[in-house]
Amino acid sequence: MKPNGHFGPYGGQYVAETLMGPLAELAKAYDEAKQDPEFQREFQAILKEYVGRESPITVCRRLSEKLGGATIVLKREDLNHTGAHKVNNTIGQALLAKRMGKKRLIAETGAGMHGVATATVAALLGMPCDVYMGAIDVKRQAPNVQRMQMLGARVVAVEEGSATLKDAMNEALRDWVTNCDDTFYVIGTVAGPYPYPDMVRDFQRVIGDEARRQCLEKFGRLPDQAIACVGGGSNAMGLFAGFLDDKDVKLVGVEAGGKGIASGEHAASINGGRLGVLHGSKTMLLQTDVGNIIDTYSVSAGLDYPGVGPEHCWLHDTGRAEYSVICDDEAIAAFDDLCRYEGIIPALESSHALAEAIKRAPTLPKETILLVNLSGRGDKDMENIMAYKKAHAGV
Amino acid sequence: MSDRITKCFAKAKAEGRGAFVAYFTTGYPTMAQSEAAIDQAIAGGADIIELGVPFSDPFADGGVIRSAAYEALKQGVCLDDVLAAAKRLRAKHPETAFVLFTYYNVIFSKGLETFAKAAAEADIDAVLSVDLPLEERDELLDVLKPYGITYVPLIAPNTPIERVKESAEGLENSFLYIITVKGITGARAELPPDLTARLDAIRAAVKLPIAAGFGISTQAQADVISQHADGFVVGSALVKRLGAEGQLAGKLLP
Repeated sequence: MKPNGHFGPYGGQYVAETLMGPLAELAKAYDEAKQDPEFQREFQAILKEYVGRESPITVCRRLSEKLGGATIVLKREDLNHTGAHKVNNTIGQALLAKRMGKKRLIAETGAGMHGVATATVAALLGMPCDVYMGAIDVKRQAPNVQRMQMLGARVVAVEEGSATLKDAMNEALRDWVTNCDDTFYVIGTVAGPYPYPDMVRDFQRVIGDEARRQCLEKFGRLPDQAIACVGGGSNAMGLFAGFLDDKDVKLVGVEAGGKGIASGEHAASINGGRLGVLHGSKTMLLQTDVGNIIDTYSVSAGLDYPGVGPEHCWLHDTGRAEYSVICDDEAIAAFDDLCRYEGIIPALESSHALAEAIKRAPTLPKETILLVNLSGRGDKDMENIMAYKKAHAGV
Repeated sequence: MSDRITKCFAKAKAEGRGAFVAYFTTGYPTMAQSEAAIDQAIAGGADIIELGVPFSDPFADGGVIRSAAYEALKQGVCLDDVLAAAKRLRAKHPETAFVLFTYYNVIFSKGLETFAKAAAEADIDAVLSVDLPLEERDELLDVLKPYGITYVPLIAPNTPIERVKESAEGLENSFLYIITVKGITGARAELPPDLTARLDAIRAAVKLPIAAGFGISTQAQADVISQHADGFVVGSALVKRLGAEGQLAGKLLP
């Protein structure tokens, strides 16, 4: 039998048999919606009138000058309603859920941004919503828990396993396998079984499509490099999708190096992981020698996922994209730079992408354009950053 | 190829009962207690033993089996330990069929060829992977086949009959594991009302024996199932009792 939705050896549908029916139903519904102008019109209208798209691109004049090399340009997903790129995807999936006649939304969340984005669209469309969140994340991301509750969602703390994002995803899968008749599972990244990696990329590709057009308008040409952080990899896949056919545009994914790959405390699945199967797809995973999944570490909770979207693994293997690693300290330094040189407080996740651009810029000529996806704003990270700085003061 | 599974079902049929398939999380509560409980289960009438391999992310399991898996993991139990236990059990139980019950990453991580060889050395009869549906299973089946190890497919309440047939295709000396309810493993007070009709329809469509599982915890439930299927699977109820009593003396099911 022919497997579904593979990217080379990656991807597929490694799920319980009970979910094969719902996944087939979803794939069919998505295929139809994709080709339905009415669905696309509604999706675009909400992105424009509710999310506030399009989001601009911003040239970092002072920061680029200070670095004395390439010009850094930001794609401003931080200016979206709810403060990150996540909402592009949740709107798409929730509209699809409505179209399919599903009555209820569920989601997993790590840092809480996808949970907030799902709770937001659940309120917008009048659907009940349960968000699964690891108990440890519930504690360290309290403001986002309150936001979700304020928006009318129920936040379910998952106490078991490592009590983080992967365990939240396990619990969401258990809910879905039990309630698949009337429940739609809104996955927050380009991971999971087919059709999720394709669908989430398509809903996020508005980032890359806009940025491509905006670069052409503003600079009369395409950027030289498109850089984005990669946890599961949805903001990166959204950015890359706009440039995949432009062979001269270098695509750069940035993984969270935590305390360094050698320390073992990181979240860099492509650079520090091994091929495996988790949450429905075959992909690069952080795992032990005997195949158990390892807890990840990063200062940025949103990059804390032991796997990565299967399409990223394929882009890596084929050489179309490269994947580098940025550690906590470099991300924090980039965070500070953007605050002080440009007056923009970035999310810690996005700070990883920015740090990579900051590393590359000095060796490149001014004409070189480094397009960085500023995937979210950093208000949510204040407490974490203060705690990190306190812990590292004088080091 | 081993024909123990076929023989186990034939023996039960000859005795006018459904085959008793018993699931254990191998290594829970301890490896010694787990093996002793399997001995007791076989003495108490179990025909086929599913040896569960503990995995860090058991997303298809209910609370009882998850807790057991975490407990076994804490003691460091891994696939190699389960295979070693299988070898010891095989020496004592030459006729019992052993099915390795696992999440796919655990065996994939070992390397499929290496795994198949090790499973054959442990004289495992079949493998069942909860997250390896029809579309993805060929890479494993191709590697198991030369070693004479078969595969047990899961059939869900929403699996169309055509797909049930495809799932059974090409498999010998195996059985179909029919999931009784949409959801995760664990005891249920009542089984769905349309279950018996569903079992009849599946049995009419395939040649392989079928065993129903998920939610079965009493002899009365097992007896009803046995009128419409060739066997029944009990997991959480046994694991729970084993956790509470440390062993499985006497009658297996209340």
